[in-house]
Amino acid sequence: MTKTILTVDDSRTMREMLLLALQEAGFNVLQAEDGMMGLEVLKDRQADVIITDINMPRLDGFGFIEHVRRDSTHRAVPILVLTTESDAEKKSRARSAGATGWIVKPFHPIKLVDAIRRVSA
Amino acid sequence: MDSLRQIFFQECEEQLAELESGLLEIEGGSEDPEIVNAVFRAVHSIKGGAGAFALEDLVRFAHVFETVLDEVRKGRLSTASPVTETLLRAADVLADLVRVARDGGNVNEERIHTAADELAALSGAPIGANAEPEEEVSFEDFGFTPVAMDFPVFDDIAVVDTASVEAEAEPDATTYTITFRPHPSLYTNANEPVVLLRELSRLGDAQIVCDTSTIPTLEELEAEGSYLAWTITLATTHEEDDVRAIFEFVDGDCDLEITTGDLASGNDEPVGVDDDIAALLARVRGEFTDTATESASPAVSDTDIAHAGGSASVDNAAVAAIVVANIEAEAAKPTPEAAKAPAPAKAEKAAGSDAPSTNQTIRVDLDRVDRLMNLVGELVINQAMLSQRLTDAGLARDSEFATGLDEFEQLTHDIQEGVMAIRAQPVKSVFQRMPRLVREVAAITGKKVRLVTEGEDTEVDKTVIERLADPLTHMIRNAIDHGLETPDKRLAAGKREEGLVRLSASHRSGRIVIDIADDGAGINRQRVRAIAEEKGLIQPNAQLTDEEVDNLIFLPGFSTASTVSDISGRGVGMDVVKKSIQALGGRVSITSRPGEGSTFTLSLPLTLAVLYGMVVTVAEQTLVVPLTSIVETLKPKAGDIHGFGGDSRVISMRNNFLPLIDVGRELGYRSQPADPGAGVALLVESDGGAHSALMVDAIQGQRQIVIKSLEENYGRVPGVAAATILGDGRVALILDVDAIVAASRSGASTSETAFALAG
Repeated sequence: MTKTILTVDDSRTMREMLLLALQEAGFNVLQAEDGMMGLEVLKDRQADVIITDINMPRLDGFGFIEHVRRDSTHRAVPILVLTTESDAEKKSRARSAGATGWIVKPFHPIKLVDAIRRVSA
Repeated sequence: MDSLRQIFFQECEEQLAELESGLLEIEGGSEDPEIVNAVFRAVHSIKGGAGAFALEDLVRFAHVFETVLDEVRKGRLSTASPVTETLLRAADVLADLVRVARDGGNVNEERIHTAADELAALSGAPIGANAEPEEEVSFEDFGFTPVAMDFPVFDDIAVVDTASVEAEAEPDATTYTITFRPHPSLYTNANEPVVLLRELSRLGDAQIVCDTSTIPTLEELEAEGSYLAWTITLATTHEEDDVRAIFEFVDGDCDLEITTGDLASGNDEPVGVDDDIAALLARVRGEFTDTATESASPAVSDTDIAHAGGSASVDNAAVAAIVVANIEAEAAKPTPEAAKAPAPAKAEKAAGSDAPSTNQTIRVDLDRVDRLMNLVGELVINQAMLSQRLTDAGLARDSEFATGLDEFEQLTHDIQEGVMAIRAQPVKSVFQRMPRLVREVAAITGKKVRLVTEGEDTEVDKTVIERLADPLTHMIRNAIDHGLETPDKRLAAGKREEGLVRLSASHRSGRIVIDIADDGAGINRQRVRAIAEEKGLIQPNAQLTDEEVDNLIFLPGFSTASTVSDISGRGVGMDVVKKSIQALGGRVSITSRPGEGSTFTLSLPLTLAVLYGMVVTVAEQTLVVPLTSIVETLKPKAGDIHGFGGDSRVISMRNNFLPLIDVGRELGYRSQPADPGAGVALLVESDGGAHSALMVDAIQGQRQIVIKSLEENYGRVPGVAAATILGDGRVALILDVDAIVAASRSGASTSETAFALAG
């Protein structure tokens, strides 16, 4: 079955890049512009993997991940965090919030698909 | 890729606007952390996108910028005024870099380096920005590697997979022994041992042994506990780093030990583990099928395992055990449904429906809107024609047809307004470019300026907005350069040192009105007069009202700056401003008070697709004169008309003489001059504020008309701006008043005389 990926990023450029890369790789893509919207989407949709940015208005990536991990429906969904640099502090914060892994921006489409494969069964 | 680029640059513009307005708020004393965050995000997003497009200059600068903003965000750097000024300058440089990345051209290296140095000084860290200009700052310095986006590479994905798969039977394979014991936190972060093991087995020949020895009895088993561990013997040609990379995401969430060499009992003999797992699986499966509801089965000898398997709340550990066996057997086959934590049925159902619309806006191609706009134009014309036909047919006003048509008319009008609203945008997009301009002009002139903008949300047609930028830029420059005094002069005059420029927009009777006001010295009328006389624009003894003197600055060739300054100069005068506003169907007016300042007022139509016109008859032709250019209409008395050499005539109005232009002759509809006494004179204002009178035969009425471009449908006709279709189906030409006035001047050269007479 085609996997559905939810992308959460306030940058339209990034959302479009993710969309293009993920659709090319054969995924269904859901989009949200920030953490709030991401939670909104998850109210009636199911994602196989979530890819989220950290810096976002309203609800940032850390908060978003924490909410998802508390939600009994989605708590087992792998969440990949987009980080711009290989920022160790950000990664460990994301991990303690419940992130499964990360993708370093700017990502190569192959790396992106690779990261998804590394977290989803 | 191109459309992505477009999106990126569009977004850059939005982010830059956000950045600037945020910085201005911070400069204004706001301490809202959300604003600082938004500012940080703006730069961060630009950097992120720029990295994907390998725009190195942009990435470098954005990185330095972002570092400083991060300091601000963390409260380590105060936003006192020198800091915000540096940040604003950096925002300007960032905007330049974006522009250069988009449009090409050269960057002002020095400016970038200065800004980068200033930023680096703020953050206290020499982030490479202090480096000499010729010294390349490498991206490694930032711990940031840009990767150019190259999308058509998806075919490579298959290559990557085969590369890892074919590693199997290499002769010089190293054997690693990996012991892997997940912590509970690994599971809570949604990592799956099964996925990791699958990835490992891609690297080479993997023998996986599952250690089930720590699975407790059912009573002691915690649903969220972690009870399984694995020992993997991996023969691979890959480096140890590649093996470790697989565990990158779970580093710290597991006990991991990787040793070279086969420390287990030998990889030829998989310690009979397969049998163990097979046995375990058999038991677990048996439990599932037979006694799923029972907590334990007495028939099973190894009670510990049976408890784990038979538990109704199958936890991750147990599920993982099942899946491991499958990896070895059929790596390609998707994992069993049981491994999927949430109900698959729900996921399927969700995937079938469309993505929910969480966004309240949509982006629509402008062409589509324009096409709709055109169609609505046709609809308006069609409706007008229908009304005309019904009137012609003599139907009573209260007939069903007539009332139906009234409703139709109302609906048409509503649709038209609706479509116009789609094209409408807030003037914000133009207004927000002005703070930067003000800063730059203030810096060059050495004046202190505060810009206040009001009514940024006032909406007007997109095209009007686009064409408003240049005139507004020029007028703001003028306001600072010519309007405001230098700080010492202001202080001497008892004013605040800082000059004020107010830019405001509002809707007024179906038009948008934009004021550009300064609190400077006002127009120096004596000087304006002197210049106008010097340039021969007026006679030395001409009697002019204050208002008329003020309006002299709109005359072509007038420029008050005695030395062409770097700012307002550039060979563009207020006449060009006025012309471009008039080209939009707008007007400019000016009010000025000595010592108190000047206000320029622009009045513009909300759309360029329709205009209000006066429908007139000239030599049995129907023409439309845009209402915006008509000042007044009058029926001239024979005594007011004076012949003036040849065919030229003037009309006297309130002691002024104005050239009388015979539209019929000007357009070649007739060769003989019309009888002025029998016609109507339209007093029009044309280029440069000069008034003339257009002679037409009769006025049919005023109405809203839909503009049809002649150039697109036919070709350019001198003296005609465009065409429209009237209710009766006839095509009527819309007069280009400026062109007609100009033509009559050059033809009869009456203007000089008119001016002399006017004096």
